[in-house]
This record gives sequence, structure tokens and C-alpha cells, in this order.
Amino acid sequence: MSKHTLSVLVEDKPGVLTRVAALFSRRGFNIDSLAVGQTEIPEISRITVVVEVEGAALEQVTKQLNKLIEVLKVVELEPNASVQREIMLVKVRADAGTRSQVIDTIQLFKAKVVDVSTDAMTIEATGNSDKLRALLDVLEPFGIKELVQSGMVAVGRGPRSITDRSLRSA
Amino acid sequence: MSDTTKQAPSPADVASLARQRPTPTAPGGQTGAAHTPGHEVVPGVEVTGAQSLVLSLEAIGADTVFGIPGGAILPAYDPLLDSTKVRHILVRHEQGAGHAAEGYAAATGRVGVCMATSGPGATNLVTPIADAHMDSVPIVAITGQVSSGSIGTDAFQEADIRGITMPITKHNYLVTDAAKIPQAIAEAFHVASTGRPGPVLVDISKDALQATTTFSWPPPIDLPGYRPVTRPHGKQIREASRLMSEAKRPILYVGGGIVRARASEQLRTLVDLTGIPVVTTLMARGTVPDSHELNLGMPGMHGTVAAVTGLQRSDLIIALGARFDDRVTGQLSTFAPGAKVIHADIDPAEISKNRTADVPIVGDVGEVINDLITQITLDRATASDDDQTWDFGSWREQVAEWKATFPLGYTDSDDGTLSPQYVIERIGALSGPEATYVAGVGQHQMWAAQFVQYERPNAWINSGGLGTMGYSVPAAMGAKVAEPERTVWAIDGDGCFQMTNQELATCVINNIPIKVAIINNSSLGMVRQWQTLFYNERYSNTNLQPLEQRVPDFVKLADAYGALGLRAETPEEVDEVIKLALETNDRPVVIDFIVHRDAMVWPMVPAGVSNDKIQAARHAAPVWERED
Repeated sequence: MSKHTLSVLVEDKPGVLTRVAALFSRRGFNIDSLAVGQTEIPEISRITVVVEVEGAALEQVTKQLNKLIEVLKVVELEPNASVQREIMLVKVRADAGTRSQVIDTIQLFKAKVVDVSTDAMTIEATGNSDKLRALLDVLEPFGIKELVQSGMVAVGRGPRSITDRSLRSA
Repeated sequence: MSDTTKQAPSPADVASLARQRPTPTAPGGQTGAAHTPGHEVVPGVEVTGAQSLVLSLEAIGADTVFGIPGGAILPAYDPLLDSTKVRHILVRHEQGAGHAAEGYAAATGRVGVCMATSGPGATNLVTPIADAHMDSVPIVAITGQVSSGSIGTDAFQEADIRGITMPITKHNYLVTDAAKIPQAIAEAFHVASTGRPGPVLVDISKDALQATTTFSWPPPIDLPGYRPVTRPHGKQIREASRLMSEAKRPILYVGGGIVRARASEQLRTLVDLTGIPVVTTLMARGTVPDSHELNLGMPGMHGTVAAVTGLQRSDLIIALGARFDDRVTGQLSTFAPGAKVIHADIDPAEISKNRTADVPIVGDVGEVINDLITQITLDRATASDDDQTWDFGSWREQVAEWKATFPLGYTDSDDGTLSPQYVIERIGALSGPEATYVAGVGQHQMWAAQFVQYERPNAWINSGGLGTMGYSVPAAMGAKVAEPERTVWAIDGDGCFQMTNQELATCVINNIPIKVAIINNSSLGMVRQWQTLFYNERYSNTNLQPLEQRVPDFVKLADAYGALGLRAETPEEVDEVIKLALETNDRPVVIDFIVHRDAMVWPMVPAGVSNDKIQAARHAAPVWERED
């Protein structure tokens, strides 16, 4: 089983996320990560799903998604031909003694501090899941008090857009 | 009743208004929404949401609605009373409304409509909706919902029917704005009837039905994500023809898609043109006449030896509107191991879902067959005589031999009690190919698929995919309403009949004279058969008649409903009661055929094993000359 990233363009209508999510569960596919948001076209939302399946099943899940009336387009984004990002907010134990150490560490990951209190700091980091896991590994010794992470969003490299002209006129 | 309801014009008024002031349709219609439902054009008129719903149904051409009113849908029933175009048939249970809509649709291909109130009314539609989803039956279910302000508060008779039916509808709607009602109805009918047909649910909140709105027709259809592919790809058609030319043992495996696409005539032409033997699945019985010599009958778990073996031994399967269901393939890994597959379906997700297709063809199966006919005609004209293409003569001889050696049959019981197969055979013989036969689910269904000779599509209606016991009586009712001139038989089991027989009241009251043949073996017969074969004859909870007296007495029950109740217990009585039933058209007829309990459905491939293990009868597997 391997991971695949699917970008699903949908009409922004009530219940559409349920339709998509429920389809995965009833057809027996596991969602690894899920992110939903607006696109440059007001009535279209974009759902980025990371799903763990092998080849034939991936084709089946794509076809089943396309059957949903409110799904406009399904595109698989290959890891090497796309930019994939997650965002993470992590609250780390840090007092006067360890604060600068934590800051030094996170700078290596181009992460930043977004909140500070006497005995903790909140760090914001973006990246692919490998990078975020590596950051978490080095923060672990300081003590992680709270962790929140988004689903992955992804966009294809190059000048082309998956919201092509036919969708814009829709 | 609100003032707006009283002041607004009745549907009949609006309809006459529409006739007086016709507005021409824009030539060509809108791009992307070329389908314009209905023929009427109605300029804007002020009405209630409920009237808008009824006017929409009228405009789209719905002539029959099966349903039951209740609190949330109540506003819609008021203008329905005045409609002269929509006939509402009051059923006795919402499940009956749903199956009746299915029967109506399955008999004619037109969209069937059912209506129910919120909560329990809507949830009672779940079974027929799921059934329609499995068998691709075009129906539209309209349900009332609690007022939009109460949604989410666990209000009286509130159920999230849109959420509940998401996995079992092709699409569904929750409408809380009266202005959106015509569009939702138009889209629902469009989605239900095009592409791969299926059920669509429209849930409308009570306040939307009560609000004042403007009705105009046709509404816009805005479905940018719905573009079913109907035209097959030329390259795949050419490749299909090439594979067919080279095959030595090809077989046509045709399914319910042929019925839904109304492609029987084209299919017959294809069979005659190519001389390729054909198997007609449970959903496709009648698409090629049973009298056709190349029709090997039904494949699958209870299929004929010729059909099952024909598929197993083939080197090319041409699947048309079929979906490689587990009841057809048996153990998938050993299904037709030597065959390449051409698979044509309107639903791309069916192709290579269960069995990988060598040549996938997405398109309307009627158009696929037409294109195949053109391509094959061309290819055969250019083929030389000595390259031995398009030559299936020895294969035809082989399958004909199987067909002759292993015909469908049955043995009578030792004690002279009635054989269920004989009863069904006689019903078919005496009623003829123009009648419609609607089955429940179980042994009687399989016998009805086997022992009635089908010569036309839509003559056989049953619950194939979901296997819904109780389907027969209400679906037969719907079929009879759709085609009142036809003789409609509900061939039912005694178990099934007791799930939905209350619709006999609907039939009597609304003058829907169906004929019900109860194949009464006092058991849940198919389950009992499995207990006989696989559970050491331990009959756990399959005996429906453990007492001496008949519980219930179906003849008395029929009588109580005002139907004609008859009974046959010996072979001599069978023709007599069938003839009497055929002569009785002023009320429904119920015949209680008391048949022997131990009759089993043969041939049979046990669940989950290879189709090579087919048994023509108990302990009687065909013996093959093993060359492989």
C-alpha cells in the first residue's frame, strides 16, 4: 500500500464534505489526511485527500469520487511534481533556561515562534510531513505540551492550473 | 392553513394560465444543460412552495405519485388534491410506495415517483431507495422535512434523511428555500433518468412548502459535475471488434444495463450478426428472447449449466451493461480464467471494479452496440475467408451440446404434492410473453427467472442486487399502474408476501387488478435450502407454518381485502385457478399454491467457490471431458 495525494475540486455546497468523506469509509479506503478550503473560484472548494491504497483501488476510488454529482474534478498529484505542505502548531515546554536552545533548534527548520509565556512557547512550522516529523523529534526532549496539525495541502508545480477554463465558466 | 395557500391559484388554474400565455423556449436551450425537462413553459406565477412542487411534477410529466401524507409533507398534499395531471395513489406503507415507484419505472423506463413525510415516513423509504440504487432504477423520492428552523433540534418526526440516504442515492437534495423547488425537481428527474439511472431523493422543509414563491418552468439545470459519457470511444470499439474476430470461444454476457438503455433490439442484431452465444443475467432476462437458439439462459449461482460453463470456458467475454456481480462470477479468482474481457458500461466505475477489462468501453450500451455492429460489419467485409476469423462454428456446437445435455429441469415430489417449478411454468405458459412477471426474493424468484419463458425486455421485474423480500406485491402494483393493459403477475413466496401484502388494500381500492401467485412452501425456502445443504438439515427459524391451521389463511386474507382468493394443492387444480385468475380483471387475485417444502433450486454453485463446481442437481455435477 502506498500513499497518494488527490486534489478534489467540488461545488461549494452543504454536505459535500460528508459525501466525499463517507465515500471513502463505505468503500473501505483509509483517509490519511484531509484538508478543505476555498479556491480562486468562489463557488468551488478544493479537498486534498491523502489516501493509502494500491493501484487498482486508487483507480476505483477516483472513479467513485467522480460519480459524486458535486465533484467537478479529481487529480492525483505526484510527490515529485507538486509542492505538498502541512502546517503544525506545537506548544513546547521552555523556560528562561531552555528558551534560547529551543529557538536555535527551530531556526534550523525555518519554523517560528508565535507565542511565548514564562514556561512555554508555541511554534509554527510548515513543510511536508517528513520535515515536521523531524522537527517534532528534536523538540521532544524539551517536552511537548500540545500539538495540532493540519491536513496536507498540495499544488502541482509549473504554470498550469487544475482549475482549467471549463471549470471557470461553470 | 395560511392565507397565502388560500389566495394562490390552484395548479389547474396555473396550468390553464400557462396554456393561455405560452412563452417560446429559447432555441437550442442553454449550453451545458441541453436537457430541458418536460415540454411545458410556464411564465412566473405566484404560488406556495407546495404548489410549486405539484406544478413542477406536472410540468416534468410525472403522472403518478405513490405515497402517504403526514405532518411535514402535509402542505404538498393540499394542491395535490386539485391536480388533474398527477394521480396520487395512497399506499399502506411507505416501503410499498417506494417499490411501486420502482415497479412503475422498471416496467416502462419512466421515472417512478414516491412521496412520504419526514422521520419515519422517510426512513420507511430507505429499503426501496437502496434497492433502486443497486438495480439502477430511476426513481425520485420526495420527502417532507421539519421546518428549517427546527432542523437539528431533534424535532418531532425529524430524521436526517438526506444524510441517511447519501450512500444509497445517486444524488439527493435538502431544499429549505421555496424558490429552489422547481430546479431541485428538474435536476432530480434529470439525474435519475440519465447516465446510469438511479434513485434521487428531494427532502423539502415544511416552511419551504408553505412559503410564497414564484413558479416558472423550465428552471435552469446547474450540474457542472454531472456529465455522463454516452458516446463510446472509436479506438476501443475497433479494438473490441479485433478481439472478437480473433476469438475462438467468445460469449456475450449481458446485464440489466441493456434493459435500462432500451438496447434489446440492437443486442439481438449483434447476436444474429456475429453468431456469438449469449448469457442473460437475472437483470437481463428477456433482453434476448429465451426462444433464441444462442441464448444460453441465466449465468451465476443458479444459472444454467450451459451459461455458467460457457462463461468458464470462453476465451473472450463481451460484457454489456453487466457488472461481474459475485452471484454471477462465484469465486472471482477462478472465474473464466482463460477469457479476455471487453467491458462496456455507462458507469466507468464498474469497469475493472471486479474483473480487469482488456478493452474498457465507457458509453451508453445501445450506442456501444450500434457502433460495434457498424465496426464488425466493416471488419468482416474486409476479412479474407481463409484467415479463420469470425468463425465460432465449433464453439456454437459445443455450447449447443451443453444446452441440450443439461436443460433446466426438476423432479416432482414423491408424494404427489405440487412442484413449485410446475406452478411457475404453467403461469408463464398460460399468461404468455406479453405479461409482466414481478418476483419477490428467494427460491420462487429463481424459479420464476428459470421457468417462465421471457421474450421481451421489461417482462421480468425483480430485486436483483439488494435482494429485497417484500418487493413483489408493491412493485407489481407499480408495474400495473404504469401499464394497465398488461397482465401483471406478482410471483411471490409466502415469506415475502407477508412483508408487504397490505398493498392489496391499495390495489383493491384503486382498481389495480394484479395477480398474486404465492408459492407457498410454508418456509423461508431459500434459507431452508441452505440449511439443508450446508447446515446439516438443522432448520433454525425457517418454518413459517408450525401449527396445524394455516396462519394466516391466504385465501381468507385475500377475501378480507376484497380480492379474489384461490387455492391449488394438486397439479390438476393448477391450470384451473390460473385461468380463473386470468379471466378476473375487476379485482386483484391471490392464489395460494401449496407446494412441497423440499423442492430446491438447481443448478447451484455454492457461495464462494469456483463456478467449475456447478451442480446440475443435488450430487449431480456435470462430467466434462477434461482436456484442460
